[in-house]
Amino acid sequence: MRPALPQNETRVAIGSDIDIVYARQKGRDLATRLGFSSSDGALIATAISEMARNVVLYARRGEIVLRPIERGGRRGIHIVAQDRGPGIRDLNLAMQDGYSTSGGLGVGLPGVRRLMDEFEIVSKNGEGTRVTVKKWLR
Amino acid sequence: MVVPILKQGQYLIASIQAALTDADLLKMRDALAEQVGRYRSRGVIVDVTALDVMDSFACRTLSDIANMIRLRGADTVIVGIQPEVAFSMVQLGLKLEGVATALDLEEGLAFLDQKSRQRSRAPSPPTK
Repeated sequence: MRPALPQNETRVAIGSDIDIVYARQKGRDLATRLGFSSSDGALIATAISEMARNVVLYARRGEIVLRPIERGGRRGIHIVAQDRGPGIRDLNLAMQDGYSTSGGLGVGLPGVRRLMDEFEIVSKNGEGTRVTVKKWLR
Repeated sequence: MVVPILKQGQYLIASIQAALTDADLLKMRDALAEQVGRYRSRGVIVDVTALDVMDSFACRTLSDIANMIRLRGADTVIVGIQPEVAFSMVQLGLKLEGVATALDLEEGLAFLDQKSRQRSRAPSPPTK
């Protein structure tokens, strides 16, 4: 029998570079508890790092919410990065490889989408941004 | 967490021990650029074996380090990128292009030895 699905939700407040490290460690811990391989754990931790980095970079503060999910007998991890920052003016542009307004490498959002199984972004100008991703156990 | 930098002959070895914040990475970058001059080092090894995540900021900083050290007249090699870290980097689109890498410390030292032999044979290469 496989272990019971952990039910708790983990919220990590994001406001500085230290929180980025903390959030990805929390994500990796949960991934390990859910039975993800070490290589998927690295993918998940890297995605969280990029998501938390975007929060710090563009909104200065926000949060990362991690929780286990189950659908049709499959388990996975659900990760949300949300902020009340300025929002993203042009979502299509932000999802393009190589595009960056911060002088970064421009791998952020499209890169995160490649690392995860499901990806959704909602952003309103002046109200904030919410990025939701899921990764399913294989 | 401060990254210890060891002086090994004419090389510097930055040995990362645990997860680093952005600020820690920048401190390591500045310390290496300064010490390469203070010790007149010919090469720098950054050992990332202990890192379980290399995101865009870490990659950009490592690339900056390699460029800064080159401008200071020495070579840089990144050693110890773990297989799952390499996989995540490729998926994310981080190639660390133009930065020398080696499997581990031993290979990294061999790489720098080879580089400094090349330098002593041809002090000012006409190409590149």
